[in-house]
Amino acid sequence: MILTAEEERMRRGEMGPAVRDAIELQIKVGEFWGAERFVPITNAHMMGDIEVMGEAGKGFLERVKEMGGQCRTMTSTNARCVDFSYAERLRQDPAEVGKEHQVIRFLRDLNVTTVDTCINYQTVYQPHQGEHVAWGDTGTVIYANSVFGARTNFEGGPVALAAAMTGRTPAYGFHLDEHRRGSFLVELDLDLDDYADWGAIGKLVGEPNQNYFSVPVFTGVKRTPTADELKHLGAALASYGSMAMFHMVGVTPEARTVEDAFHDRKPTHTMRITRADLDALYAGFKDDASDSNLFVFSAPQQSIYELKRLAELFAGRRVKPGTTVIVTTSHGVKAQAQPLGYIRTLQEAGVLILEGVCFYILQNLPQMRIENGWSKLVTNSAKLANIIKAHKFDPVLRRTQECVDAATLPGVQQ
Amino acid sequence: MSETIRVNRAFGEVVEGVAVVSEEGFSPRYDLDRWSGEISRPGHKLEGINIKDKILFFPTAKGGIAAGWAFYDIKHKGIAPKAFVFGVTNPVMVQGAVFANITITDGWSREPSEIIRTGDIVRVNPQEKTIELVRRGEGVA
Repeated sequence: MILTAEEERMRRGEMGPAVRDAIELQIKVGEFWGAERFVPITNAHMMGDIEVMGEAGKGFLERVKEMGGQCRTMTSTNARCVDFSYAERLRQDPAEVGKEHQVIRFLRDLNVTTVDTCINYQTVYQPHQGEHVAWGDTGTVIYANSVFGARTNFEGGPVALAAAMTGRTPAYGFHLDEHRRGSFLVELDLDLDDYADWGAIGKLVGEPNQNYFSVPVFTGVKRTPTADELKHLGAALASYGSMAMFHMVGVTPEARTVEDAFHDRKPTHTMRITRADLDALYAGFKDDASDSNLFVFSAPQQSIYELKRLAELFAGRRVKPGTTVIVTTSHGVKAQAQPLGYIRTLQEAGVLILEGVCFYILQNLPQMRIENGWSKLVTNSAKLANIIKAHKFDPVLRRTQECVDAATLPGVQQ
Repeated sequence: MSETIRVNRAFGEVVEGVAVVSEEGFSPRYDLDRWSGEISRPGHKLEGINIKDKILFFPTAKGGIAAGWAFYDIKHKGIAPKAFVFGVTNPVMVQGAVFANITITDGWSREPSEIIRTGDIVRVNPQEKTIELVRRGEGVA
């Protein structure tokens, strides 16, 4: 890689050992991908929780702190594995909960803004078109690239932190124009109503085309999708397809037309998605949702409008005895929802609302599953339906209204 | 025809070990029990296989940001593989492997299953960008 004078100084350790180690790591990664240079970034978003990083990762953070490491870029944190208000109720391991506290302390000492959200793009920072950032959590990346037209690769925790400390990231992948062109065409020939439908499209397109560098181009969308709908589509494409970008003609900024989305590339193939494909997908989750004792609205965290909708659906109803309904959101959204009455409505219905976490990364989830006798998990999130299988849950994807109907007793109008 | 595969990109030290050839992609978040090192997702083509000290061949990378920390974590727990060999990988797998100092490669000149079977002993040479069959194994990992 060609380094600037400042980058050379970093590499020589003139800006401290933490920055030296950070840029060394970034250079090795950049060289793997054939990056020729670094690009300056304005924002970093990193995953850092004890469930994923373990004792080794926590030790690493502590060493970076001891070396005097400091983020020079605005840096936010992704959802974590403990909501401290509910750790005891969920019977999370007190020792691990203590470690999560430590992780947060280390991150704050490193000048990280610990907002603990995977919907930073809805609630914390919205980069503009062409802005280079270093974001982790695949859902944030695909949203940044596709909907904002900003530029980022999937950046795992340690390299996102490195980028935050050096203020730059190697220019490969989605920082470069050549990787942002469409690779295949998806004709949508159906109406999409629910978040689950949008996520389902992500599964239908992502699963058979699994490739980080594959960029689907959607046409035929019948109306302007909302931010939450694009979020479910993106999260599912990233989850099932490991994809980091999509175009939607007439909707996303780098796809004013089909030609605009593909530039000089020819689509490798064309997919057409109809109602029958969607129906078959739902039918593929064979189990009946009604006999499940676990319903989860998470992955990504719920926005204020998703919470509003859930509050409307749960109003006046009661969660069935012996059934658990979990909603996860960010600290900020929960605080906003409180005075609006959404939290009270949901809690009165018996819904458990967790903040600053995402369901699938909850500390102690495998044991929680066994202790609570959970097996089948019903959700409106296609991403969750994919990812949760690692924890031996049996997922069922259903539309939001169907989830609520199956989880509750019929409402008693007051 | 020589028993060598050329790879497009590579990082890490030369390693030799038992091959595990998967028809299915991989994610440490989706597929792996990060305490035992076992592929845990029900229905994964490698379900029940332990990745410790193996040389793992995967056609694709799935998901996820988790590999960034997870590879470092499994390395410190002593359950890391010796190398990841991907047909198509994603940046996080590479970032995670580099951070944990685990050998990783991307892209292959021919399907590994044409010459390598699970259980064979193979050598990955990142400097030469080659993977060689060292000797035939028992067919089990």
